[in-house]
Amino acid sequence: MPEKKVLLSLRGLHKTFDTQEAVAGIDLEVYEGEFITLLGPSGCGKTTTLRIIAGLEMPSSGSVFLDGKDITRLAPEKREVNTVFQNYALFPHMNVYKNIAYGLTLRGVDKNIIKQKVDEMLDLTQLKGYEKRMPSQLSGGQRQRVAIARSLILSPKLLLLDEPLGALDLQLRRQMQQELKQMQRTLGITFIYITHDQEEAITMSDRIALMRAGRFVQLDTPRGLYEQPRTAFAASFIGETNLLTATAQAAKDDEVLLDIAGFTLPCTCTDWVTPGEKLLLSLRAERLHLSKTPVPVPCCRVTGELVHTQYAGGERLSVVSLPDGQTLRVRTSTETDQDLAPGATVYCWWNQESGVLVRDDREEA
Amino acid sequence: MKKKNSPWANVYLALILILLYLPILVVVLFSFNSNPGRTANFQFEGFSLQWYEALFNPASGYGGPLMTSVTIAVWSVLLSAILGTLGAIGLVRRPVKKSILGRAGNAALSLGEQVAVLPIMIPELILGIALMALFTLMKLPFGMITLVLSHVVFCVPYIFITVRGRLSSLDPGLEEAARDLGATPLKVLTTITLPLAMPAVVSGCLLAFAMSMDDFVISFFVNGPQTNTLPLKIYSSVKVGVPPHVNALCTLMLAAVFMIVGLSQLWQARTQKRLKRDEKQAARARAMSAN
Repeated sequence: MPEKKVLLSLRGLHKTFDTQEAVAGIDLEVYEGEFITLLGPSGCGKTTTLRIIAGLEMPSSGSVFLDGKDITRLAPEKREVNTVFQNYALFPHMNVYKNIAYGLTLRGVDKNIIKQKVDEMLDLTQLKGYEKRMPSQLSGGQRQRVAIARSLILSPKLLLLDEPLGALDLQLRRQMQQELKQMQRTLGITFIYITHDQEEAITMSDRIALMRAGRFVQLDTPRGLYEQPRTAFAASFIGETNLLTATAQAAKDDEVLLDIAGFTLPCTCTDWVTPGEKLLLSLRAERLHLSKTPVPVPCCRVTGELVHTQYAGGERLSVVSLPDGQTLRVRTSTETDQDLAPGATVYCWWNQESGVLVRDDREEA
Repeated sequence: MKKKNSPWANVYLALILILLYLPILVVVLFSFNSNPGRTANFQFEGFSLQWYEALFNPASGYGGPLMTSVTIAVWSVLLSAILGTLGAIGLVRRPVKKSILGRAGNAALSLGEQVAVLPIMIPELILGIALMALFTLMKLPFGMITLVLSHVVFCVPYIFITVRGRLSSLDPGLEEAARDLGATPLKVLTTITLPLAMPAVVSGCLLAFAMSMDDFVISFFVNGPQTNTLPLKIYSSVKVGVPPHVNALCTLMLAAVFMIVGLSQLWQARTQKRLKRDEKQAARARAMSAN
C-alpha cells in the first residue's frame, strides 16, 4: 500500500461553551482522498468539530493543520475548505446559477470561465435547466445539489458535509448517498462527513470516527467498527447487538473461557484477564443461529427458552431467554425458517469470532 | 375553521370606523365645498375645485414650505437609513463574547438597543424642547441643519425596528456560508446581509418619510427664521379659523400619506406572497420527484 499523505490533522482539540465541554480532546489525521465520517448521537460534538475545521468556531485549545500549515486562527474565507451546511444555507435572493457562481464571483474570475465551470457543476449535479430558479422554488433534493455544487465549484482540498441528507426522505437519501460517494470518487476530494445515521456511515465511509460526549470512542474502518467494536457503546450504536454479562473462568494464550448463565464458552481475547472478572460479550443479532435440535456441537452454544418470535419478511426476529434471565435477540434468515413456537427450548449458537469482548462504557457520559 | 361573526361585531366595527374617519371625511368634503366662507359656518353648498386652484396659485405661498418639507424628509430619511440599518446589523449580528468584559459590553449593547427605540416613545414636546436646548447650547444656528438632525432622531427608530425584525428572522447560517465560500466580512455585508435586509429598509424609509413630512411639534421648536415646513405653514394659517384651501391641502397630504403607507404595506405583502408562491412550487416539485 502506498504511503498516504496526511491532508488535515487535528491535535488536542478542545472546545468549551460556557461550562459545557463540546469537544473534549480530539486527535485525528485525515488522508488525502479519504471519505471519513464523524458519527455519533446528537450533541456529541461532531458539528462543533466540523465548525472548528471550517473556521466558524475557534477551539478553546488545540490546533488544526491543513497540508502541514497551522490554520487554527485563519479566517474561514482564507481556508481551502468548504462546507455543505445541514439546512443548505442557500442564498434566497440569488438564483441557482448565482448561488453556484458565488464563490468564483468573489474571487474575480472571468465571466466566461465562471459560466463554463457552473455548467460543469450543473452537469455533475444534474441541475441543468434549473439555473434561473430561486432556491425557494426547489425541492429538498435539488437544494441539496445546489449546496454541493456551490462548494465543489471551488475545488476545495477538503469538503465538510454536516448531515447533508438529514432533511431528505428515505428513498431520496439512499439515492443521494450513492451520488455523493460517486462524486467523491471521481473528483478525488477529501470528504469529512457528519451523520447520526449509522447505516449511512457504514455504507459511505472509508473510515468512521464514532463520537460520544466530545471524544472519539473508536476510529476504524466500517468493517472494523462493526466486527470488532471496542466498547459497549460502539457495539450497540452500530447495528443490533446483544450485550451479555460474563464471568471469566480461565485464560490461555489469546483465548478466555467465559461463564454465561452456566454455559462455558470460549472467546478470543488478547488482553490480560483475571479469573472471576466480570466481562461484557457483544453478539450481533444476525450472527446468531437458532435450532430446535442440538446441532453438531459448535464450540459456542447456549440453550434457552424461546419467549418471542416474529416473522418479518426476509428475516425472523426471535428472543431467547437464558437460564439466568439474560435475553438474546436473534435475527435469522427466513430462507431456512423453522417451525418455532414460543415456550420451546432452543439451541442458540455462533462462531467463536462473532463474540467480541467489549469495555463496559454504558454508565459513562 | 372560519367562525361567523355575530352581526353586532360588524356594527361595532362600523362605529369604530366612523369615529376614526368622520373628522377626516369632513375635511375632505369641505375641501370640495363651493361655499366661499370659512369652514366655521359648516354649510356645504356644492362641488367645486376652487380651493385646490387657490392652493396651487403661487400666491398662496405653499410651494416653498412644501419644498422645504420634502428636502428635510429626503435628507433625514437618507441619514436615518444609513444609521438605522447599520445599527440594526451591528446589534443583531454582534458576536457572543463569554469574557466578563464581553458580557458587560453585551449588556451595554442590549441597553443601547432599547434606548435606540426611545425617541418614538418620548413625548414629542419633551423631545422638541430638549433638542432646542441642545442646539442652543451647541450654538448651532436654527434652520435646515437643526431640522434635519431632529428629524433623524425620530426617523432612525422606524428604520431600526423594521430592519432589526427582518435580520433576526434571517438564518445566520447564510452569512457563515458566505464566509465559508470566501467572502470577507465586508463582502458578506454587501452581497448577502444588505440585499436581504433591503425590503425592510425600504418599508422603514417610507414610514419614516411619512413621519418626517407630517411632523409639527418637534419642527416647531427647532425651526429657524428662514425655514418653514408645510405643517408649520398650515398651523400659522389656521390660527384664525380654517381657510378652506387648508382643507384641500390636508386632503392632498392625507392622500400622499395613505399612498406611502399603502405602498410600504404592499411591498411587504408582495414579498410574503412571493415566498408563499415559491414554497407551493417547491412542494409541487417535491411531489413530482416522489412519483
